[in-house]
Amino acid sequence: MLLRNPKREVEIEGPLTVAALLVRLELNPESVLVICGDTLVTRDARLAHDDTVEIRSVISGGAR
Amino acid sequence: MKCRVCRGPAVIDIRRHNAGFCTEHFVHHCEEQVRRAIKDHHMIEPGERVLVAVSGGKDSLALWHLLVTLGYDADGLYLGLGIGEYSHDSGAAARAYATTQGVKLHEVDLSADYGYDIPAAATATHRAPCGACGLSKRHLFNAVALERGYDVVGTGHNLDDEAAVLLGNVLRWEAGYLGRQHPVLPAAPGFARKVKPLYRLGEREMAAYCVLQGIDYIVDECPMAAGNKHLGFKDVLNTLEDRSPGSKAAFLFGFLERGHDRFVADAGEERDALGECAVCGAPTPGEICAFCRLRQRAGALDVDAMPVELRRE
Repeated sequence: MLLRNPKREVEIEGPLTVAALLVRLELNPESVLVICGDTLVTRDARLAHDDTVEIRSVISGGAR
Repeated sequence: MKCRVCRGPAVIDIRRHNAGFCTEHFVHHCEEQVRRAIKDHHMIEPGERVLVAVSGGKDSLALWHLLVTLGYDADGLYLGLGIGEYSHDSGAAARAYATTQGVKLHEVDLSADYGYDIPAAATATHRAPCGACGLSKRHLFNAVALERGYDVVGTGHNLDDEAAVLLGNVLRWEAGYLGRQHPVLPAAPGFARKVKPLYRLGEREMAAYCVLQGIDYIVDECPMAAGNKHLGFKDVLNTLEDRSPGSKAAFLFGFLERGHDRFVADAGEERDALGECAVCGAPTPGEICAFCRLRQRAGALDVDAMPVELRRE
Protein backbone atom coordinates (compact mmCIF):
# COMPACT_ATOMS: atom_id res chain seq x y z
CA MET A 1 0.00 0.00 0.00
CA LEU A 2 1.37 3.39 -1.01
CA LEU A 3 0.54 6.36 1.23
CA ARG A 4 0.50 9.90 -0.11
CA ASN A 5 0.17 13.26 1.58
CA PRO A 6 2.12 13.82 3.69
CA LYS A 7 4.65 12.67 1.15
CA ARG A 8 5.88 9.28 2.20
CA GLU A 9 5.83 5.78 0.95
CA VAL A 10 4.93 3.13 3.46
CA GLU A 11 4.56 -0.48 2.57
CA ILE A 12 1.70 -2.00 4.54
CA GLU A 13 0.40 -5.49 3.98
CA GLY A 14 -3.21 -5.64 2.87
CA PRO A 15 -6.00 -6.36 2.88
CA LEU A 16 -7.14 -4.39 5.90
CA THR A 17 -9.88 -1.92 6.78
CA VAL A 18 -9.46 1.86 6.82
CA ALA A 19 -10.05 1.80 10.59
CA ALA A 20 -7.26 -0.76 11.04
CA LEU A 21 -4.93 1.26 8.81
CA LEU A 22 -5.47 4.39 10.92
CA VAL A 23 -4.81 2.43 14.11
CA ARG A 24 -1.63 1.03 12.55
CA LEU A 25 -0.51 4.56 11.64
CA GLU A 26 -1.61 5.95 15.05
CA LEU A 27 -3.83 8.55 13.36
CA ASN A 28 -7.00 9.99 14.85
CA PRO A 29 -9.88 9.29 12.40
CA GLU A 30 -11.30 12.73 13.23
CA SER A 31 -8.26 14.45 11.78
CA VAL A 32 -7.99 12.82 8.35
CA LEU A 33 -9.81 11.82 5.20
CA VAL A 34 -8.86 8.57 3.51
CA ILE A 35 -8.90 8.59 -0.28
CA CYS A 36 -8.35 5.33 -2.16
CA GLY A 37 -7.49 6.07 -5.79
CA ASP A 38 -9.85 8.98 -6.45
CA THR A 39 -12.58 7.90 -4.06
CA LEU A 40 -13.33 8.87 -0.47
CA VAL A 41 -13.73 5.77 1.66
CA THR A 42 -15.38 5.12 5.02
CA ARG A 43 -13.70 3.50 8.01
CA ASP A 44 -15.17 0.07 7.32
CA ALA A 45 -13.93 -0.02 3.69
CA ARG A 46 -11.41 -2.78 2.90
CA LEU A 47 -8.16 -1.75 1.28
CA ALA A 48 -6.32 -4.18 -0.99
CA HIS A 49 -2.61 -4.83 -0.93
CA ASP A 50 -1.96 -2.96 -4.21
CA ASP A 51 -4.12 0.11 -3.43
CA THR A 52 -2.68 3.62 -3.44
CA VAL A 53 -4.12 5.50 -0.50
CA GLU A 54 -3.99 9.19 0.38
CA ILE A 55 -4.32 10.10 4.04
CA ARG A 56 -5.24 13.77 3.89
CA SER A 57 -5.02 15.88 7.03
CA VAL A 58 -8.06 18.09 7.51
CA ILE A 59 -6.71 20.24 10.34
CA SER A 60 -6.28 23.97 9.72
CA GLY A 61 -4.59 26.03 12.37
CA GLY A 62 -3.88 29.51 11.09
CA ALA A 63 -5.70 32.76 11.74
CA ARG A 64 -8.90 33.38 9.82
CA MET B 1 -21.30 1.38 5.35
CA LYS B 2 -24.52 2.57 3.75
CA CYS B 3 -25.94 6.04 3.23
CA ARG B 4 -28.35 6.91 6.02
CA VAL B 5 -30.81 8.36 3.49
CA CYS B 6 -30.81 6.13 0.39
CA ARG B 7 -29.00 2.98 1.66
CA GLY B 8 -26.55 3.21 -1.25
CA PRO B 9 -22.78 2.94 -0.64
CA ALA B 10 -21.51 5.67 1.71
CA VAL B 11 -18.42 7.75 0.90
CA ILE B 12 -18.10 9.43 4.30
CA ASP B 13 -18.96 8.50 7.84
CA ILE B 14 -19.73 11.13 10.47
CA ARG B 15 -19.34 9.52 13.85
CA ARG B 16 -21.13 12.22 15.86
CA HIS B 17 -24.24 11.55 13.77
CA ASN B 18 -23.54 7.79 13.79
CA ALA B 19 -24.25 7.96 10.06
CA GLY B 20 -22.77 7.53 6.63
CA PHE B 21 -23.73 9.46 3.50
CA CYS B 22 -23.38 8.96 -0.25
CA THR B 23 -22.09 11.95 -2.26
CA GLU B 24 -25.53 13.31 -3.13
CA HIS B 25 -26.90 13.14 0.40
CA PHE B 26 -23.69 14.37 2.02
CA VAL B 27 -23.76 17.49 -0.16
CA HIS B 28 -27.42 17.93 0.78
CA HIS B 29 -26.50 17.50 4.47
CA CYS B 30 -23.89 20.30 4.19
CA GLU B 31 -26.33 22.59 2.42
CA GLU B 32 -28.98 21.96 5.06
CA GLN B 33 -26.58 22.68 7.93
CA VAL B 34 -25.59 26.00 6.34
CA ARG B 35 -29.19 26.86 5.50
CA ARG B 36 -30.15 26.16 9.12
CA ALA B 37 -27.24 28.22 10.52
CA ILE B 38 -28.20 31.20 8.35
CA LYS B 39 -31.90 30.94 9.21
CA ASP B 40 -31.50 30.33 12.95
CA HIS B 41 -29.23 33.32 13.42
CA HIS B 42 -30.60 35.66 10.72
CA MET B 43 -27.13 35.79 9.18
CA ILE B 44 -28.05 37.01 5.70
CA GLU B 45 -31.29 38.71 4.72
CA PRO B 46 -32.72 38.58 1.18
CA GLY B 47 -30.94 40.99 -1.17
CA GLU B 48 -27.89 41.46 1.03
CA ARG B 49 -24.38 41.27 -0.45
CA VAL B 50 -21.84 38.96 1.18
CA LEU B 51 -18.07 39.29 1.09
CA VAL B 52 -16.46 35.90 1.73
CA ALA B 53 -13.02 35.94 3.35
CA VAL B 54 -11.18 33.57 1.00
CA SER B 55 -7.85 31.99 1.92
CA GLY B 56 -7.70 29.32 -0.79
CA GLY B 57 -8.20 26.64 1.86
CA LYS B 58 -11.02 24.14 2.18
CA ASP B 59 -13.29 26.07 4.53
CA SER B 60 -13.41 29.40 2.74
CA LEU B 61 -13.81 27.87 -0.72
CA ALA B 62 -16.49 25.48 0.59
CA LEU B 63 -18.31 28.41 2.20
CA TRP B 64 -18.20 30.44 -1.01
CA HIS B 65 -19.45 27.44 -3.00
CA LEU B 66 -22.26 26.73 -0.55
CA LEU B 67 -23.44 30.35 -0.40
CA VAL B 68 -23.55 30.68 -4.19
CA THR B 69 -25.28 27.27 -4.47
CA LEU B 70 -27.89 28.43 -1.96
CA GLY B 71 -28.54 31.53 -4.09
CA TYR B 72 -26.71 34.23 -2.15
CA ASP B 73 -24.95 37.18 -3.78
CA ALA B 74 -21.44 36.33 -2.57
CA ASP B 75 -18.09 37.66 -3.81
CA GLY B 76 -14.68 36.75 -2.42
CA LEU B 77 -11.77 38.71 -0.96
CA TYR B 78 -8.29 37.21 -0.96
CA LEU B 79 -5.62 38.80 1.19
CA GLY B 80 -1.98 38.37 0.04
CA LEU B 81 -0.03 37.78 3.26
CA GLY B 82 3.47 37.52 1.79
CA ILE B 83 4.16 34.05 3.23
CA GLY B 84 6.37 32.75 0.41
CA GLU B 85 5.27 29.67 -1.51
CA TYR B 86 2.22 29.22 0.71
CA SER B 87 0.81 32.61 -0.30
CA HIS B 88 1.68 31.96 -3.94
CA ASP B 89 -0.18 28.63 -3.94
CA SER B 90 -3.16 29.77 -1.87
CA GLY B 91 -3.67 32.83 -4.09
CA ALA B 92 -3.53 30.60 -7.15
CA ALA B 93 -6.17 28.29 -5.64
CA ALA B 94 -8.48 31.23 -4.88
CA ARG B 95 -8.07 32.72 -8.37
CA ALA B 96 -8.54 29.35 -10.07
CA TYR B 97 -11.76 28.76 -8.15
CA ALA B 98 -13.12 32.21 -9.04
CA THR B 99 -12.26 31.73 -12.71
CA THR B 100 -13.72 28.23 -12.90
CA GLN B 101 -16.93 29.19 -11.16
CA GLY B 102 -17.29 32.61 -12.80
CA VAL B 103 -17.48 34.45 -9.48
CA LYS B 104 -15.89 37.77 -8.47
CA LEU B 105 -12.69 37.79 -6.40
CA HIS B 106 -11.31 40.99 -4.89
CA GLU B 107 -7.65 41.02 -3.90
CA VAL B 108 -5.66 43.04 -1.38
CA ASP B 109 -1.92 42.57 -1.01
CA LEU B 110 -0.43 43.47 2.36
CA SER B 111 2.98 44.28 0.92
CA ALA B 112 1.86 46.25 -2.13
CA ASP B 113 -1.09 48.01 -0.51
CA TYR B 114 0.00 48.44 3.12
CA GLY B 115 3.80 48.19 3.06
CA TYR B 116 4.35 45.11 5.22
CA ASP B 117 3.83 41.36 5.20
CA ILE B 118 3.16 38.81 7.92
CA PRO B 119 6.75 37.57 8.37
CA ALA B 120 7.94 41.20 8.72
CA ALA B 121 5.14 42.02 11.17
CA ALA B 122 5.94 38.94 13.29
CA THR B 123 9.62 39.91 13.43
CA ALA B 124 8.84 43.53 14.29
CA THR B 125 6.38 42.66 17.05
CA HIS B 126 8.34 39.69 18.46
CA ARG B 127 5.05 37.81 18.58
CA ALA B 128 3.59 34.72 16.93
CA PRO B 129 2.76 35.43 13.25
CA CYS B 130 -0.84 34.20 13.71
CA GLY B 131 -1.54 37.25 15.89
CA ALA B 132 -0.47 39.72 13.21
CA CYS B 133 -2.24 37.66 10.56
CA GLY B 134 -5.56 37.52 12.43
CA LEU B 135 -5.40 41.23 13.23
CA SER B 136 -4.69 42.14 9.59
CA LYS B 137 -7.51 39.93 8.33
CA ARG B 138 -10.11 41.19 10.81
CA HIS B 139 -9.28 44.80 9.99
CA LEU B 140 -9.06 44.51 6.22
CA PHE B 141 -12.01 42.20 5.58
CA ASN B 142 -14.17 44.61 7.57
CA ALA B 143 -12.69 47.72 5.93
CA VAL B 144 -13.08 46.38 2.38
CA ALA B 145 -16.65 45.28 3.08
CA LEU B 146 -17.58 48.77 4.31
CA GLU B 147 -15.75 50.52 1.45
CA ARG B 148 -17.28 48.38 -1.29
CA GLY B 149 -20.82 48.21 -0.05
CA TYR B 150 -21.10 44.68 1.32
CA ASP B 151 -23.59 44.09 4.11
CA VAL B 152 -21.98 40.97 5.54
CA VAL B 153 -18.51 39.45 5.92
CA GLY B 154 -18.64 35.64 5.81
CA THR B 155 -15.77 33.61 7.26
CA GLY B 156 -15.07 29.89 7.02
CA HIS B 157 -14.88 29.18 10.75
CA ASN B 158 -16.15 25.63 11.22
CA LEU B 159 -17.29 23.66 14.25
CA ASP B 160 -13.72 22.57 15.06
CA ASP B 161 -12.40 26.13 14.86
CA GLU B 162 -15.13 27.44 17.10
CA ALA B 163 -14.78 24.62 19.64
CA ALA B 164 -11.01 25.18 19.80
CA VAL B 165 -11.45 28.94 20.29
CA LEU B 166 -14.06 28.25 22.96
CA LEU B 167 -11.69 25.91 24.79
CA GLY B 168 -8.95 28.56 24.72
CA ASN B 169 -11.34 31.22 26.01
CA VAL B 170 -12.72 29.00 28.76
CA LEU B 171 -9.26 27.96 29.94
CA ARG B 172 -8.50 31.63 30.62
CA TRP B 173 -12.09 32.72 31.38
CA GLU B 174 -11.85 35.48 28.80
CA ALA B 175 -15.26 36.98 29.53
CA GLY B 176 -15.18 39.60 26.77
CA TYR B 177 -14.11 37.06 24.15
CA LEU B 178 -16.77 34.59 25.35
CA GLY B 179 -19.41 37.30 24.99
CA ARG B 180 -18.32 37.93 21.40
CA GLN B 181 -17.98 34.28 20.41
CA HIS B 182 -21.12 33.72 18.41
CA PRO B 183 -22.05 32.67 14.85
CA VAL B 184 -23.10 36.29 14.21
CA LEU B 185 -21.55 39.55 15.27
CA PRO B 186 -24.13 42.22 14.45
CA ALA B 187 -23.27 45.33 12.46
CA ALA B 188 -22.31 48.38 14.52
CA PRO B 189 -20.81 51.79 13.69
CA GLY B 190 -17.57 50.98 11.86
CA PHE B 191 -18.32 47.23 11.70
CA ALA B 192 -20.03 45.17 9.00
CA ARG B 193 -22.04 42.17 10.21
CA LYS B 194 -19.79 39.14 10.56
CA VAL B 195 -21.17 35.63 10.11
CA LYS B 196 -19.88 32.06 10.38
CA PRO B 197 -22.29 29.89 8.38
CA LEU B 198 -20.09 26.75 8.72
CA TYR B 199 -20.19 26.59 12.51
CA ARG B 200 -22.44 23.50 12.44
CA LEU B 201 -20.04 21.52 10.18
CA GLY B 202 -16.74 19.93 11.21
CA GLU B 203 -13.55 20.54 9.31
CA ARG B 204 -13.42 16.91 8.20
CA GLU B 205 -16.83 17.50 6.62
CA MET B 206 -15.57 20.62 4.85
CA ALA B 207 -12.56 18.80 3.42
CA ALA B 208 -14.85 15.99 2.24
CA TYR B 209 -17.25 18.52 0.71
CA CYS B 210 -14.41 20.02 -1.35
CA VAL B 211 -13.16 16.60 -2.48
CA LEU B 212 -16.64 15.50 -3.50
CA GLN B 213 -17.45 18.80 -5.26
CA GLY B 214 -14.12 18.86 -7.12
CA ILE B 215 -12.99 22.06 -5.40
CA ASP B 216 -9.21 22.27 -5.68
CA TYR B 217 -8.10 23.84 -2.41
CA ILE B 218 -4.64 24.29 -0.93
CA VAL B 219 -4.12 21.20 1.23
CA ASP B 220 -0.87 22.24 2.88
CA GLU B 221 -1.19 24.14 6.12
CA CYS B 222 0.30 27.61 6.56
CA PRO B 223 3.95 27.03 7.56
CA MET B 224 3.77 29.86 10.10
CA ALA B 225 0.89 28.20 11.98
CA ALA B 226 2.85 25.09 12.93
CA GLY B 227 2.82 24.48 16.65
CA ASN B 228 0.41 27.26 17.55
CA LYS B 229 -1.98 27.04 20.52
CA HIS B 230 -5.05 26.68 18.34
CA LEU B 231 -3.70 23.45 16.83
CA GLY B 232 -2.99 22.17 20.33
CA PHE B 233 -6.59 22.80 21.40
CA LYS B 234 -7.85 21.00 18.28
CA ASP B 235 -5.64 18.03 19.05
CA VAL B 236 -7.02 17.80 22.59
CA LEU B 237 -10.61 18.07 21.36
CA ASN B 238 -10.07 15.44 18.66
CA THR B 239 -8.70 13.05 21.27
CA LEU B 240 -11.90 13.56 23.27
CA GLU B 241 -14.00 13.21 20.12
CA ASP B 242 -12.35 9.92 19.23
CA ARG B 243 -13.28 8.49 22.63
CA SER B 244 -16.71 10.11 22.76
CA PRO B 245 -18.10 11.15 19.36
CA GLY B 246 -20.22 14.29 19.57
CA SER B 247 -18.14 15.94 22.31
CA LYS B 248 -17.06 18.91 20.20
CA ALA B 249 -20.58 19.68 19.00
CA ALA B 250 -22.00 19.29 22.53
CA PHE B 251 -19.32 21.63 23.91
CA LEU B 252 -19.89 24.36 21.31
CA PHE B 253 -23.65 24.11 20.88
CA GLY B 254 -24.16 23.84 24.66
CA PHE B 255 -22.19 27.06 25.12
CA LEU B 256 -24.18 28.86 22.43
CA GLU B 257 -27.51 27.70 23.88
CA ARG B 258 -26.82 27.97 27.59
CA GLY B 259 -23.57 29.85 28.23
CA HIS B 260 -23.09 32.66 25.74
CA ASP B 261 -25.77 35.01 27.06
CA ARG B 262 -24.07 35.13 30.45
CA PHE B 263 -21.06 36.88 28.91
CA VAL B 264 -22.75 39.31 26.52
CA ALA B 265 -22.55 42.17 29.01
CA ASP B 266 -18.76 41.72 29.26
CA ALA B 267 -18.40 42.04 25.46
CA GLY B 268 -20.78 45.01 25.36
CA GLU B 269 -18.73 47.01 27.85
CA GLU B 270 -15.64 46.69 25.67
CA ARG B 271 -17.46 47.65 22.46
CA ASP B 272 -19.26 50.61 24.05
CA ALA B 273 -15.92 52.22 24.86
CA LEU B 274 -14.71 52.44 21.23
CA GLY B 275 -13.70 55.67 19.49
CA GLU B 276 -12.21 56.26 16.01
CA CYS B 277 -8.60 55.61 15.04
CA ALA B 278 -6.77 58.90 14.47
CA VAL B 279 -5.11 57.46 11.36
CA CYS B 280 -7.66 55.31 9.55
CA GLY B 281 -10.94 55.94 11.34
CA ALA B 282 -11.52 52.32 12.36
CA PRO B 283 -13.19 51.67 15.73
CA THR B 284 -10.62 51.46 18.52
CA PRO B 285 -10.49 51.80 22.30
CA GLY B 286 -7.29 53.92 21.99
CA GLU B 287 -6.09 56.83 19.87
CA ILE B 288 -4.63 54.60 17.14
CA CYS B 289 -6.13 51.23 16.18
CA ALA B 290 -4.26 47.96 16.52
CA PHE B 291 -3.91 47.61 12.73
CA CYS B 292 -2.23 51.01 12.31
CA ARG B 293 0.00 50.31 15.32
CA LEU B 294 1.00 47.03 13.69
CA ARG B 295 1.90 48.87 10.48
CA GLN B 296 3.81 51.41 12.51
CA ARG B 297 5.83 48.73 14.30
CA ALA B 298 6.51 46.96 10.99
CA GLY B 299 7.94 50.23 9.62
CA ALA B 300 5.13 50.72 7.11
CA LEU B 301 3.51 53.76 8.72
CA ASP B 302 5.11 56.74 10.47
CA VAL B 303 2.30 58.36 12.41
CA ASP B 304 4.60 60.92 14.04
CA ALA B 305 5.70 62.15 10.61
CA MET B 306 2.12 62.61 9.40
CA PRO B 307 0.93 66.22 9.24
CA VAL B 308 -1.68 66.76 11.92
CA GLU B 309 -4.27 67.73 9.27
CA LEU B 310 -3.94 64.28 7.67
CA ARG B 311 -4.84 62.59 10.92
CA ARG B 312 -8.51 62.11 11.49
CA GLU B 313 -10.31 64.23 14.03
